[in-house]
Parts: sequence; C-alpha cells; structure tokens
Amino acid sequence: MPNLPDDLRLLEAESIAILREVAAAFSRPVLLYSIGKDSGVLLHLARKAFHPGRVPFPLLHVDTGWKFRDMIAFRDETARRLGLDLIVHVNQEGVAQGIDPIRSGSAVHTRVMKTEALRQALDRHGFDAAIGGARRDEEKSRAKERVFSVRTAAHSWDPRDQRPELWHLWNTRIRPGESVRVFPLSNWTEMDVWRYVAAEGLPVVPLYFAAERPVVHRAGTLIMVDDGRLPLNPGEVPEKRRVRFRTLGCYPLSGAIESDAVTVEGIIAEMRASRTSERQGRLIDGDEPASMERKKREGYF
Amino acid sequence: MDSTGHIPAPLPTRGLLRFLTCGSVDDGKSTLIGRLLHDAGLVPDDQLAQVLRDSRGRTDEEGGIDFSLLVDGLEAEREQGITIDVAHRFFATDRRSFIVADAPGHEQYTRNMATAASTAALAVLLVDARKGLLTQTRRHAVVCSLMGIRHVVLAVNKMDLVGCDEAVFTAIAQAFADFAAPLGFATVTAIPLSARRGDNVVHRSAAMGWYHGPALLEHLETAAVEDGNALAGPLRFLVDWVNRPSPDLASDFRGLSGTLLSGRLAPGDAVTVWPSGQSARIARIVTFDGDRPGAQTGDAVTVTLEEAVDAARGDLLAGPAERPAETPEVADQFAAHLLWMAEEPLIPGRSYLLRAGARWVPATVTALRHAVNVETLEHSAATTLTMNAVGLCNLSTAAPLAFDAYAANRHTGSFILVDRFSNRTAGAGMILHPLHRAANLHRQELAVSAAERAAAKRQRPAVLWFTGLSGSGKSTVANRLERRLHALGHHTMMLDGDNVRLGLNRDLGFTDADRVENIRRVGEVAKLMTEAGLIVLCAFIAPFRAEREALRALFPEGLFLEVFVDTPLEECMRRDPKGLYAKARSGSLRNFTGVDSPYERPDAPDLRLDTTAEDADALAARVVENLRARGILGA
Repeated sequence: MPNLPDDLRLLEAESIAILREVAAAFSRPVLLYSIGKDSGVLLHLARKAFHPGRVPFPLLHVDTGWKFRDMIAFRDETARRLGLDLIVHVNQEGVAQGIDPIRSGSAVHTRVMKTEALRQALDRHGFDAAIGGARRDEEKSRAKERVFSVRTAAHSWDPRDQRPELWHLWNTRIRPGESVRVFPLSNWTEMDVWRYVAAEGLPVVPLYFAAERPVVHRAGTLIMVDDGRLPLNPGEVPEKRRVRFRTLGCYPLSGAIESDAVTVEGIIAEMRASRTSERQGRLIDGDEPASMERKKREGYF
Repeated sequence: MDSTGHIPAPLPTRGLLRFLTCGSVDDGKSTLIGRLLHDAGLVPDDQLAQVLRDSRGRTDEEGGIDFSLLVDGLEAEREQGITIDVAHRFFATDRRSFIVADAPGHEQYTRNMATAASTAALAVLLVDARKGLLTQTRRHAVVCSLMGIRHVVLAVNKMDLVGCDEAVFTAIAQAFADFAAPLGFATVTAIPLSARRGDNVVHRSAAMGWYHGPALLEHLETAAVEDGNALAGPLRFLVDWVNRPSPDLASDFRGLSGTLLSGRLAPGDAVTVWPSGQSARIARIVTFDGDRPGAQTGDAVTVTLEEAVDAARGDLLAGPAERPAETPEVADQFAAHLLWMAEEPLIPGRSYLLRAGARWVPATVTALRHAVNVETLEHSAATTLTMNAVGLCNLSTAAPLAFDAYAANRHTGSFILVDRFSNRTAGAGMILHPLHRAANLHRQELAVSAAERAAAKRQRPAVLWFTGLSGSGKSTVANRLERRLHALGHHTMMLDGDNVRLGLNRDLGFTDADRVENIRRVGEVAKLMTEAGLIVLCAFIAPFRAEREALRALFPEGLFLEVFVDTPLEECMRRDPKGLYAKARSGSLRNFTGVDSPYERPDAPDLRLDTTAEDADALAARVVENLRARGILGA
C-alpha cells in the first residue's frame, strides 16, 4: 500500500471497506471467483481487508466444464497455496442435457451453465450476498450497476428500480429470500487492475501472457484449440500463433489477440498503445444488441 | 471566476478526481463526455465502430458521430433518448484518473443527480448557450451546493449555434455568478465550448480566439480540489470491522479495522472512541504489508489500542477529548437538510432506519421546519416532503450518534433514511448541527425494577397489540380477554383507539401523518404501563406495517405481541357496528381504513384470530392459553 500511487491507494481502500461491509452486514456472503485477473485482485483485497484474520467467507467458482485447462490448474494451485475455502459448482442438469458452447450456441450455454448454474449454487448454499469482480468500465449497462445491487428471491434485477447510493452509506437491508450482488471493483478500470497487479506482484493465469498457442480463425477472432473437444470445420487447421488473452472464460468463446507481451509491464505498455476494448474478444456480449443488460436481468453476473 | 490566468501546476503523483456532469435535459451532457473521451484518444476502435454504426440517422451529416451513444447505457434510455440514471465513466490521462458520474437532466430524477454529487469533488454544469440559465440549471447548482460540492465548471455549450459570440458567453457567465453567489462555491470556472464540434473540450478552439482560459480537460487535469483539507483536518477513523481472528490465530489479537476519513494517525497517538467517550492510545497500525509508522486520510488500515476499551463497528476514533476542537458532536437530536427520494412522502413521526457511518439506528423526523425551494432558495412551510423535495428537519435517533456538520466533513456529516418495510433508500441527509447534547439527558434508574414488579404480580409485563380493520372485533375480543385476566388475578390495562382519541390524542386527525403520531404516542404510553408491570391490551387499527414494526422495537424481544384480528373486509362492512362503513362509502367520511385508506396486513403476526371461525369468548380463551405457553402469565 505505501508504494501505490494515490489513485490506486484510494481505489484499494474503497474496495476494502466494501468487503468489510459485506462481511459485517450479511449472514452468508460468498466471493465469486472466476480465476481471472479481476477475481485475483478481489481475492487479494479480501485478504488485505481481514488481515491478520482469515477471509471470513468462502469462494465459489461456477465451472462450465469449458474453461481453459490453465485456468483450472491456476485455480486449484491458488486455493492450495492460500488455504482457501473453495466451492466448485457445475450445473449437472446442463451436463446431463449435453449443453456445450459450440453445438448449443453461446447464448444457451451461458444461460444454462453460467446464469442458471450460479442461481443453483447461491440457492443451494443459502448465500445472501455474492461478491463479484465486475467493473463499471466493462460494458455500458454495467456503468449504471450499483455497488450493492438487490436481487429478488428469483435472482432477477430491475434496472429501473435501483436504490440510490449516496456517499459510502450502503443500504444493505434486504428482506428474507432477497440477496445482493456486490461489486467492490465497480470504480476500477482494466488499466487500474493491471497497474495494481504489477504494483502488488500478484500472480495471474499464464494465458494473459503471449506464447505460441494453437489457434483457429473464427468470426474475426482467434480461438485457441485447448483440447480435443473443439470441432474443427472442414479444411480448418490449427496454426501456432503468438497470442494472449485479455479476458478469460470458456475457451471456445474467448478470442485471443496477437501479442508479444510476456510480462505485466508488457501488457500495460501494449494496452496504452491498444485501440480495442477488453470485451471485444468475448463472443457472448455480441449475441444481440443490449444483450448484457438482458442477461443481467435474468441473473447473470 | 478564474477563466483567465490559469496556471497548470505539476502534480507530484497521479491523483484521482471524481466529478459529475449535470444541467438541463438536451444541454448535451452525454455528448460532452463522449466528445471528451473521443478527443482524448480514449475510445477504443471497436467501440467507435459500434457507435458509428448506431449513429446512422441520428446526426445531421452523413458519417457523423453521435457522441452521446458512447455514454448512454440502458435500453429504455436509448429508446427515449434521455439518460435516466447515474452512469459512471472512467478515463485517465497522464496527469489524473477521473471518475465521471453522468447525472440526468429531468426534474423527476433530481435524486439521481444528488447521488452522483455525493461523492464528487467538482461539478461540470452544462448550459445551452442559446437558452442561458434554465430552471434545471439553477436547481442543479443548488443541489450541488447542498451536497457539498465546492468547485463548479460552468460549461457553456453549443457556442457554435450562437456564432461563438463572446457577449452571449459573458452574459451567461455573469448571470450564473450572480445566482450562485449565495451558494458558497469556492471556485466557479466558466468555459465556452461546443461538444458537438469539439471546441475547447480537449483542444482550445480557434473559433473563439477571445477566450484565453483552459480547455475543459486541461482544467479538470489541474484544478485544485480539497484533498489537502481532509489531510489537515481532525482525526476521524471509522471502525467498520472488529478484527478478532482467534480462534484461528493463537493470539488475543483485537484490532479495529476502518478507514481514515480525515487526518492522520500514528502509534502512540491519544484517541477517544465515540460515542462512548473512552480514551485510549494507538498501539500498532497493522496492514497486510506489515506494521506501518503512520496512516493518512483515505487509508484502510487496522489499529490496535494499548488499552482494552470496548469499541464496535460504527464507532468513530477522534483526537483526545481534552481538545474539543477535534471532537465530533455526540447527540441523539440534530438538525439536517433532508432530500427526499422515495415515491411515498416523508411522514414526520414515522420511524425510519437511519444509517450514518457504519451504524444503523431507528430515527424519526420530529419536526419539518421548512421546505427549501431548490430553484429560488426560498423557504416555505410544509407538512411533508415528496420525492425530490428538500427540507430542513429536526431528527431524533434511538441512540446517540457521533457526527460532524456536513460542511466540515461529508463522510461523518451525512446519513440516509431507509423505509423500514420496503427497505428503499427514502432520504439523504446533511447534518447542520446538534439540537442538544444527549450527554445532558440521563434516563433515571428506577428504584423498583420491572422484573421485581413482575415477580410480585406473577406475570411478565407485555403488550398485546390487536390490529385489524374497523369492525373486525378488536375491542370486543380484547375486552373479553381483559375480564378473563382480571378474574385470574392479573394486572392489566386496556387502551382503546376511540378512548385515546377523545383525550390524549384529541389534537390528531386521520391523515397518514396523524395516524402515525397517534400510534407512536399510544406505544409510548403502553411502554410506561409495562414499566409499571402491567399487561397492556391495545386495540388500534394501526394500518401501517412500518408503525407496527417500530412499536415492536420499543419492547424487549417477545414482550410485544402482534395479535391480528383477521376479519375479511366484506364481513366488517356487513357488521358495521358503528355505521362507519356506510358513511365512508357514501363519501361523508374520508380516509377510512379499508375504503379509501390502506390497511397493510401483518405478514407474520404473533397470533392470528379468525372471528369468522370462533366467537369472542373462545378466542379470548385461546389468547390466555397462548400467554401461559409464552410464560407471560405465571402459574
């Protein structure tokens, strides 16, 4: 903290206060851990917020079965190294129905294996507050999301009926059955996250760094052939390209970019020169206009 | 006004500026932010391509960009072409990081503007050069002032549409300076610009050679805002978490985690814990990165104290009590400006939940001294505040709070009011001053305790609150019950709605506000009677859940029983023992519960009595059994 520039120091303190608020105000909070850089920052902030105590809530990873292999390895290594209470949830009904991101399409896959899976996990464990790493700079409908966002018992979100949030006086009152989604990184940008990762020396999944990886060209983006499950189109031959990822998710839905950045400093330098936004590589956002807002109303994070 | 002679100062380290944009609808706020991001080179190519696609048919020229599309978010807004909520934007230049809250222009969304302003240090207030100051412009300037914003940029937009005429700009700037003089802004900087064309947004414009001040971005990057003041201010450390890691740590570590809202802190410093007023000394400043020799405004740290004092979440650490200038106010009554945000109007006397710092406490508005017209600043008498209205109020809290005047510290001088039933954030408050110090009021300890009185009477004092529609049978069942209890040798008292209204509450009518006050007084009377050891039977409609919940909070757990006399409205109308339903339906009686005034059914009453299934005697007998089972009646 002493070495952080002022802007990061203030963002860090704001997020830490929010995490303590969640722990104090709710009976069963959970931190949604999606393995990416934002989750990594969130986890680090939670460890700072409660030091020297332990993080007083478990972590939940909603696994679709299609995450990059490197992500799962990183997740398990992190949980072991830090002694975390990690819950992994898979929508077994979706697995039984054979839902996958390619044949079912990204919209169905996301709804069943992410949105519905998350609702299942929250209901099963009775979590009343779910902490996520979403940032307001990611997408336009996120720009108006509250830090403490109330969901009905059915997990739905009404963007027209949101509580005003003044100062840092969070309204954490909910009725039985209702829950909140909490976004401590609301005011961080992608650049802030990377600058913080660099300043604090946080480990991140190696997929963020450039390396030779087998990829195919699809829908104007590069998809990595992470395992044998990705069906190749006729005539499609994976080629080795020097690529990295700006965001991580299900590998068939995550577009890579060509890059030479092999360090966090390299990523920051590349971003300064970059002319595309972070979510561009995500295939799910482009399903239809305003699709993120619709997904959020249904309970997507 | 400092529109000339602006000297950019180099910044030692990159800071963070939170600002908001506001102004009347159609003055071009979204367009201005879009233009700012675009010209500063901060819009990614893919977003720009998207906006270019979406701009088709929305701009005058072929291939033009509607910059507002970079900002406007939700679907509904896009359809209506207006911004309906607060949107947050982020950008950074080499000099500063910025968090921009884009606030809407329509009057009904003034509360959103106040929300955006609550965390902003500076406001960019837009004016359309063709229209000059509008009602909304004035309203937003007042809200900015009320919310404690000290620095304003008056962005006179659409200068291209008035031929970049200096006289137009000067007239608007002067009119605003005159209007804003009483608002107490530290700086007002007027900048002529055109968001659509990009004049004076990021780059100084050749079209307005007469203007020698900075472009908007240049000003935002270099404007001095108050961060330094907080650092020099008195210590305010808000405890938001009591850090007791044992049993998983083999130590008796007890830390107070929190954020420094102003001032500095170092080991060895003498502090006082408020509102309790205990003294202590800082032992360590503990962080994840090791112990630290000091902490400053804005830091989130954990402190340990030399002394084992009792401190809890929500407490405030301040300088030693011997230095009164550094001590916060401690009171349970104070005056504040209140901005109302809920659809349902403020009801003075109703119990709301108040959050200040990290503490929740029941609170009521005891007096609405006047409403403030946020266009003219004039005061007027008012009995309620509707959504978006501002008033000067006296408030009373159930426990003393430690606070500062909002003008001195926005963190420790602000609060929100939350509706007890809907949980909606209903009001935002800015504290002016304490009304009297709670320290001067002490509850007298009584020589005979409630427990001793109860033991002598073979009963525990309790309140049975019979709620239900008029004519449901509340008084009938309560009377039969009292006869039974009396026969069993118990000490009781009956409070009946009509009787109380003939005496204690004869000054009250039947408006929502008067109904709330009626119930509040009866609750306090019932409380005095339980302190005398009595079982108190109250038969009142008490139509609102919020009041019944507030009543429950007056009594120890389990000694306030909500008895719902559940008789359907049709049956009450059929019985109509006092002929009131007939009057209400004919229109000769107004505000009658069940007819033209609402009755909110209890969700989870302690007892539910169905008068259509059993008669009054049988129901009274069931209540006696229930009171025995609860241990309220002794053997």
